[in-house]
Amino acid sequence: MLSVNIHKELEDFTLNVSFETEGGILGLLGASGCGKSMTLKCIAGLETPDRGRIVLGERVLFDSEKRINMSPQRRRVGYLFQQYALFPNMTVRQNLFAAVRRLPQAKRAAAVEEKLRAFRLEGLEPLYPRQLSGGQQQRVALARALAAEPDALLLDEPFSALDSYLRWQTELELGELLRPYAGSVLFVSHDRDEVYRLCRNVCVLADGRSGETLSVRDLMAAPGTVSAALISGCKNFSRVRRVDATHVHCINWGVTLETSQEVSNVCSYAGMRAHDLHIAKGGEPNRFDARVVRVIEDTFSTILMLAPEGGNSLLRMELPKDEWAAMRNPEVVLLGIAPQNVMTLSGEL
Amino acid sequence: MDWFPLLNSLRIAAISSAVVFFLGIAAAYYIARLPRAVKGALDVLLTLPLVLPPTVVGYLLLLVLGPRRVVGAWALETFALRLTMQWWSAVFAVSIVTFPLMYRTARGAFESFDETLADAGRTLGLPNRWIFWHVRMPCCRQGILAGAVLSFARALGEYGATSMVAGYTPGRTATIATEVYQLWRTGNDALALRWVLVNIAISAVVLLAVNLLERREGRR
Repeated sequence: MLSVNIHKELEDFTLNVSFETEGGILGLLGASGCGKSMTLKCIAGLETPDRGRIVLGERVLFDSEKRINMSPQRRRVGYLFQQYALFPNMTVRQNLFAAVRRLPQAKRAAAVEEKLRAFRLEGLEPLYPRQLSGGQQQRVALARALAAEPDALLLDEPFSALDSYLRWQTELELGELLRPYAGSVLFVSHDRDEVYRLCRNVCVLADGRSGETLSVRDLMAAPGTVSAALISGCKNFSRVRRVDATHVHCINWGVTLETSQEVSNVCSYAGMRAHDLHIAKGGEPNRFDARVVRVIEDTFSTILMLAPEGGNSLLRMELPKDEWAAMRNPEVVLLGIAPQNVMTLSGEL
Repeated sequence: MDWFPLLNSLRIAAISSAVVFFLGIAAAYYIARLPRAVKGALDVLLTLPLVLPPTVVGYLLLLVLGPRRVVGAWALETFALRLTMQWWSAVFAVSIVTFPLMYRTARGAFESFDETLADAGRTLGLPNRWIFWHVRMPCCRQGILAGAVLSFARALGEYGATSMVAGYTPGRTATIATEVYQLWRTGNDALALRWVLVNIAISAVVLLAVNLLERREGRR
């Protein structure tokens, strides 16, 4: 188990992060520059928080009140860097040997061989990092991090250095390679799709602040805050006025919508995903008219920019190309949204 | 031809280069992590010998090491040892003059070192000392070697500070540089020219070594 609660003043913002994870992969999702990497560095001991407490299993890694600040060497926290940080002056084998120096001499060679096999690095042992492809470098870096037998593993945007095809290959591999690992894994990313596919739970970071830890399913269905909805890819937001426990009036869209999500007193915004909006058929709740302002052909879908009647901001809607083609360019469409897809959010945009 | 000046120049250059090698690297490593203001001040102080005339460095050294000055008098009293006008007195002078070359090139090399490599090492549980010798130094090797060769070459050619601190005593403190001056002053042009050729030959060999070194690095 990894429990983190840290506070650190930085030049541009204040880092205020707290979360807990019980094994498995926890995603730390946030835009670039929101403090994700700094959070990882604090956990690994490469940076020191101003206040807070970091506990890994039974061991207190950092506690500002008890003046505990373990060195990175003693924390046993593995770190996979964005650019992998393989030692350029050492071969693949030497890089791995560097990681097993903690083991007794007699066990080192066997540990290295085991990692070379498990990470399919046979044949690459005598090569230097610059002679490897991006994907191979990542495998070596991961093998090296795990060879040191860490109690937790931190992955800092592990796919950012790769192009899109290789990225997918590597993602499949990473999932496989991490499966036997028993410790806690933190996966930092700005890509909600990566996080959705690789993680069970996710904690959203915005401007240095962490939100609640959610399941990835909840992040998409009911993110709860505007910042979580934004990073989860939601495109449509409106200020709301609470009507009752199941209805909100959306000021920017000029409509009152029924929702199956809780409308609390702090609810300030409603969100609708572009692909949750659909062309309404009769008899369903949450129908409203909108004028078609622009039609944009996207790679695999058609994007409509729509002006709801009585509203003052545009809605973005995505629908399959053939569905739009069959509609023969209407000027006004009747929109619908299912009550479970009207997300009630707190916080500010 | 008496080869003493060559031997003397080489041993002075070798000893001072060794001294400067370690001091320069240590200074570069520790000063790089100091706060900016302190770093700037120390930087000026440590680079000063590069731009000062060597005679000024020699003069300042005599102010400290001279037999009637603080350190000089103390050494004379406790060890009955004169710190100036010995062949090894030149080591003080040459070390100070060549120090900035080693310090600056080593610092440049350390500053371009990717710190995440050291961070990676620390998270793998590797001791800082191990990281320094097995990762940082090898990665900065080219810059550090260049600094070492440059300071050795400069050490061989040092004249001003050496002549003030060690003087010119044939067979005792003469170096190639002071020998050439003396020979020219006393009208022995032919011998002076010979020493000049020797000096050019040595310098050419050193610079050739630098080029070969760089070409090998480039191919790696």
